[in-house]
Amino acid sequence: MISWPNLVSQLFNGLALGALLALISSGLTIIYGTLGVLNLAHGAMFMIGGYAGFVAYQYTESFILAVIAGSLFVMLLGVAMERLIIRHFYHRPHEDQLLVTFGLGICFVEIIRLIFSSQSQLVPPPAIFQGITNLGFMFYPTYRLAVVGIVAIALGALFIILYRTRLGMIVRAGIEDSVMVDSLGINVYRVFMVVFGIGAMAAGFAGIVNAPVVSLTPGIGDDILVQTFVVVVIGGVGSFPGAILGGLIAGEIISVTSMFNPGYAYVMLFAAMTLVLVVRPHGLLGVQGRE
Amino acid sequence: MLKQRPFLIETLTAIGLIAAPFVLPHLGFAPNTVNRILVWGLFGLGFDILFGFTGLLSFGQSAFYGTGGFVAAYLLTRAGFGNVLGALIIGMIAAAATGYLIGLIALRRTGIYFAMITVAIAEVFFFVEFNPLSDFTGGENGLPGVPTPSFNLGFTTIHFTNGWSLYQFIALCYFIGVIIALRIVRSPVGAILSAIRDNPLRASAVGHNIHGYKLTAFVIAAAYAGFAGGLLGVLQAFMPPDAFTFDTSGQLVMQTAIGGRGTLFGPLVGATVWLFLQDFLQSALGLGAAWKLVLGVVFVLLVCFLRGGIIGGIADLYRLASGRRRRTEAEAEQEAADAEARQQPPPAPMLAKEVEHPAYSGPILKATGLTKRYGGLVANSDIDFSVNQGELRGIIGPNGAGKSTFFKMLTCEVAPTSGQIVFEGRDITGLKVTEVCQLGLTKSYQVNQLFTGLTVRQNLTIAALAELRGKFRLDLFRKLSSVNGLDEQVEHTLALVNLTRRADTPVSELAYGEKRRLEIGLALATSPRLLLLDEPLAGMSPRERVETVKLLKSIARGRTMIIIDHDMDSLFELVERVTVLQEGRVLVSGTPEEIKTNAAVQEAYLGGVHGEIAA
Repeated sequence: MISWPNLVSQLFNGLALGALLALISSGLTIIYGTLGVLNLAHGAMFMIGGYAGFVAYQYTESFILAVIAGSLFVMLLGVAMERLIIRHFYHRPHEDQLLVTFGLGICFVEIIRLIFSSQSQLVPPPAIFQGITNLGFMFYPTYRLAVVGIVAIALGALFIILYRTRLGMIVRAGIEDSVMVDSLGINVYRVFMVVFGIGAMAAGFAGIVNAPVVSLTPGIGDDILVQTFVVVVIGGVGSFPGAILGGLIAGEIISVTSMFNPGYAYVMLFAAMTLVLVVRPHGLLGVQGRE
Repeated sequence: MLKQRPFLIETLTAIGLIAAPFVLPHLGFAPNTVNRILVWGLFGLGFDILFGFTGLLSFGQSAFYGTGGFVAAYLLTRAGFGNVLGALIIGMIAAAATGYLIGLIALRRTGIYFAMITVAIAEVFFFVEFNPLSDFTGGENGLPGVPTPSFNLGFTTIHFTNGWSLYQFIALCYFIGVIIALRIVRSPVGAILSAIRDNPLRASAVGHNIHGYKLTAFVIAAAYAGFAGGLLGVLQAFMPPDAFTFDTSGQLVMQTAIGGRGTLFGPLVGATVWLFLQDFLQSALGLGAAWKLVLGVVFVLLVCFLRGGIIGGIADLYRLASGRRRRTEAEAEQEAADAEARQQPPPAPMLAKEVEHPAYSGPILKATGLTKRYGGLVANSDIDFSVNQGELRGIIGPNGAGKSTFFKMLTCEVAPTSGQIVFEGRDITGLKVTEVCQLGLTKSYQVNQLFTGLTVRQNLTIAALAELRGKFRLDLFRKLSSVNGLDEQVEHTLALVNLTRRADTPVSELAYGEKRRLEIGLALATSPRLLLLDEPLAGMSPRERVETVKLLKSIARGRTMIIIDHDMDSLFELVERVTVLQEGRVLVSGTPEEIKTNAAVQEAYLGGVHGEIAA
């Protein structure tokens, strides 16, 4: 049956997963909020982040360099994707944006599958975070604790970018009313490119940080993408605080339900989403506006 | 083309399906591949009604495909149900019922929310199939041993076994599926579905319950998916659990986009391309697992450069080759028609809907204490407003006076913060815009809200249907032409707004003035007793203004109208009384003469000039 240490350890797992989901969802939600494009390739960005970090780790044996290389690579990929393809879709219907990003996501997954095969790849955690930590009342893998910390720092950085910089001000204004921002003489297209890069980087960063917890497979981003959607629906599209709240809620729901029966994790997640849709159709912290 | 030869598409489909077993083997198609293509095509018929026609892109169709498939397969393998066709139909009904429940949740939101919710739903179904319900579904083993259909005709038994024999059964199912889909698409419901895709806001404003119709499309798509899922089990003699995966939904979406959305046959074409390329790339070119990358790239390129998919591309080519000539002809014809129309007597005025309770004789519209606040901004404040039956009222006011907000509250597009609106003695405060339109109150928009992808005639048909059929009706198999009074109403409206010669022109090709007239026509075609017009003359040339004023005069007979406009000369000529709004309040009401000479009105328009002079 359920024991306290077991429950607490699941709550910690939920926290780690929730923090990751929060970071990935923030990326998705700021892209959507600013550009009005829902990036269905976001899960693939997460996956590529993991693989890019994996390659960097193979060459350098340094986890920190792997994280930096992985994030930067995905950011550049995001910028290239925005420049070459996405920007031609700003004035096309939502369906077309969904289709093209969906197609790109499949291409990315298949390219990775071609290069690395479907076999899973392992990235070991950095030396200082290896092993398990005695928390007094239970033992817990050190790296998972570290994940919470690392992701919290990343979210903090994202917060500073969004709420303490000029760019962030433009992004938040753009979420409210992109036409107005445009007419204020701000080159929104350059902002769009940067935002897409940052949003993709958030997913890529999460991908490499998560890599030591699970093993890498080309399909790793698919489940994450679905979970991210639920997070965004729960938290409210375009809302950074909503993504964090939604991420933590989703992470805990998945972890705690898995303790009883993993098969019901998605059912519970879906039930939570339905509840939010019924009670607060715009999400817990969402604003009525973009649809 | 569709109208001239009523059963052309059906006939061609039948010929194609009959010819396929004789032609396709020579092109290297195995019967099993053809059967799989047909199953995907059938799956896609429903999906195209949802995505191509209604504009709802669902990434969760695998949920219904799997549901229908597993219900049918369970009945046939575990429950000892002997009738294959019966099991397929039960599976279809189960999928449709599931679709109804899921639709209630997913359709609470539109656009990307809808897409995200459907993805989540599909994933839930996948996990439920694998774990909680694995006793029924066989979990990751699926359900083996699904029998093939046989029919006892008394004197003989027809048994469809496999290969081309089974093809006959599947092709028949597909053919029936096509006939039903064509009926649906050509029915009034089908017309309304395209209107929802083009402009959901206007579709509900002319009086259609768009939520009900979207749910209908969702259930139809689920039913098709369920039947196709059942056929998959029959085809493979095994119900595979991967029917439930997200990949299934994704493949359906991609095949539909590759083949061409909104064509019904797009998914079939897409599936053909998909399965052919898969075979070809894997075996002939030896690409192995890279086939999916190639298909992904093809898909992205198609979405980027050929929005209508393969069928759309072919249609464009055809139009390019044959269309140019026709267009110049049409333009010349239109000019001649315009000249002719000027000499012809104007068409009879269009009558308003009959009053439901003719005994009522008070003011047709009465608003009391109407207030609208947006946060700290007060758009309208404490407006009392009353219009008598048959009156022609004008509303003027400087920009930002709250005229459009006022109209939006009257038509219940926007809920007032406080106050009450009474239409023909009935409190309509808090009703939906759709219901209010059904009661006989609608407006034409300041910024055109047309169904831009449809022709002029189709536009007016949508609006007229709302009046003739009510806000929701499931006449899925009725022909559009058999709706009583529809043709007359559409033709009449066309004549009134002088667009008869442009009836079959797509809205996107109309000139601005014509669009403006169609905008009024859309409101008119719902036969309102009270018609609100928000700046009907905006952006028109002087000549167009004169014509439009004439039009407005002719439609004012037998109906009450309230008109907002900045063109005071035209407005004062038209209306009997004028209400002036300023800063969200009623400044003054009176006859045009009184308003012209009113000092307060001059002050409002020339704002502060006196003060400056004094200083």
